[in-house]
Amino acid sequence: MSSSEIANTATVDKNGSLARARVLRSMRWGDVLFESLTRTAAISVLVLLGGIIISLFIGAWPAIKTYGFDFLTTQRWAPSLKPQPVLGALGPIYGTLVSSLLAMVIAVPVGLGISIFLTELCPHALRRPISIAIELLAGIPSIIYGMWGFFVLGPFLAEHFQPAVIDFFADVPVLNVIFAGPASNLSLFNAALILAIMVLPFITAISRDVFATVPVVLKEAAYGAGCTTWEVVWNVVIPYTRVGVIGGVMLGLGRALGETMAVAFVIGNAFKIKASLFAPATTISAAIASEFAESDGLHQSSLILLGLLLFVLTFMVLTAARLMLMRLERNQGK
Amino acid sequence: MKLSSVLAAIGLMLGLAVPVAHAADISGAGSTFAFPIFSKWADLYKKETGNGLNYQSIGSGAGIKQIQAKTVTFGASDAPLTTEELKKAGLVQWPMVMGGIVPVVNLEGIKPGELVLDGPTLANIFLGTIKKWDDAAIKKLNPSLTLPATAITVVRRSDGSGTTFNFTDYLSKVSATWKADVGAGASIEWPVGVGAKGNDGVAGNVGQTKNAIGYVEYAYAKQNKMTYVNLINKAGKTVSPTIAAFQSAAANADWANSPGYYQILTEQAGEQSWPITAATFILMHVTPKDADASAEAVKFFTWAFKSGDKTAEELDYIPMPASVVSLIEKTWATELKLK
Repeated sequence: MSSSEIANTATVDKNGSLARARVLRSMRWGDVLFESLTRTAAISVLVLLGGIIISLFIGAWPAIKTYGFDFLTTQRWAPSLKPQPVLGALGPIYGTLVSSLLAMVIAVPVGLGISIFLTELCPHALRRPISIAIELLAGIPSIIYGMWGFFVLGPFLAEHFQPAVIDFFADVPVLNVIFAGPASNLSLFNAALILAIMVLPFITAISRDVFATVPVVLKEAAYGAGCTTWEVVWNVVIPYTRVGVIGGVMLGLGRALGETMAVAFVIGNAFKIKASLFAPATTISAAIASEFAESDGLHQSSLILLGLLLFVLTFMVLTAARLMLMRLERNQGK
Repeated sequence: MKLSSVLAAIGLMLGLAVPVAHAADISGAGSTFAFPIFSKWADLYKKETGNGLNYQSIGSGAGIKQIQAKTVTFGASDAPLTTEELKKAGLVQWPMVMGGIVPVVNLEGIKPGELVLDGPTLANIFLGTIKKWDDAAIKKLNPSLTLPATAITVVRRSDGSGTTFNFTDYLSKVSATWKADVGAGASIEWPVGVGAKGNDGVAGNVGQTKNAIGYVEYAYAKQNKMTYVNLINKAGKTVSPTIAAFQSAAANADWANSPGYYQILTEQAGEQSWPITAATFILMHVTPKDADASAEAVKFFTWAFKSGDKTAEELDYIPMPASVVSLIEKTWATELKLK
């Protein structure tokens, strides 16, 4: 509204303009209120985050003071050793990273495959049922995955899958160590497989949504130039949506790193690092969930320190993802 | 409509709040092992007297912390506190109810009670030095059984637990190597094996895994009809896990001469004693913050000793022998200061 218009209305009806100014002022107050409310919400998240980090740090301090950097490189986890427990995080860190990475190795190709099928190849009638089924997968509580992994998947893998793989790679160097026996109902591999199933819906849903944003013109131009479906997907769809797909993968990775209940059920909770994927292992969150209730003193402090490490680990992974995205965007600009 | 339903809800809340406020609030926390029997006793006690008991099964270690912080009327722990610890915290301690811990196996063709193990052999299996079922040490104890030449899968608890404390305490008593290398505790550094969550986790995993061995509470072994192992006790006799065998271990413990009832019931004397018997201990303050609540709690425990035995046995717990109960009642009278 220009100043002349305001002047006009003022001469026409003084009372009316006063009322209008009042309304405007009260609306400005509304804006101020709205802004401060949203700001408070945003700041409260930061305060909460800071509070969590500080309280984790206070709880972890006795362990940090006692073990220092050795905590990161020690593999032993002996909470009942006298006179002082020997505790180190190497086993849980290894288990967390390997189970999550393996889960991504399984889930990313499958998830992308599903979303490519859904957006490019799937008959219309099938599209909705498959989408809904995958979204339902995301709604299943993790304890259910854990119990299914413990009672159904674990015994099945130990009986049928693992022995076959162990035999198959028995004479191949390196692989016969990674897939060494004996078969076990509870193992690092089982945990990774369960995690892969759990993160699949995230990767699928996000990549399907970003695949749908690819302009039809681009794809049709490629098809018109004689490209096969594979070439269209590989050279047009994926480059166009790369940032979004990586975002989905990182979201899945974040979930895999922190997943607790399902993993605690199926991983076998062993702190010693074994080369074989079919041996039991443990993750940071599974170790905390298993041992926290009956822990005290330095043992409990070390578990809190593990929690702090998971915090740092997740933060580092997310930062790495950010950096990767930034580099991709810069390269695209060239 | 909306307002009236809100009013109704408030009324309901007040209505519910009134009897709760009137009843004596006994609150307890600790041992997950004793949770089923405490909740059953609380149920029956409430029906008989109208007084409720609120028990949180948060683990023995957490229970000790809660009673030290005086946030509950009593704590319950599967491992007794030492006399010094009791004195320092101003606590009184006594055993309330017992249970047995039973090694269970999954071996084809072997029925419950057929396999016999002694302490050192069991320790060596859990140490990983005995790796196969046809090991000479196992064969020697079981000359009549045909044992497979397969690897032993050890299954143990992944969560910290009083069951593990008592089991590893037994292994420490029977094996010097175990005592030196591993020790006893609620969470320990396991040399071998896979960890499963809770008694049901171990029972389930042993049930699914061929050639596995694990350890569970007696109730789980019995209710899941698992293949339990007979053990050779301190007196050199082979015993089966039965209520009589657990009670024999408790009866042979020298309670009268153990200040603060500090007795771990593993590897007790007596020809019939089951070697891995465990008790849950109750902890209360000598001078409680809320003397009324403590008096109510003692009333509850008196009732449980007097009329809770049958319920305990139904749930496969073992009641304390009468001789021990009369000792405990004397302790209440002399040590607790409830006005």
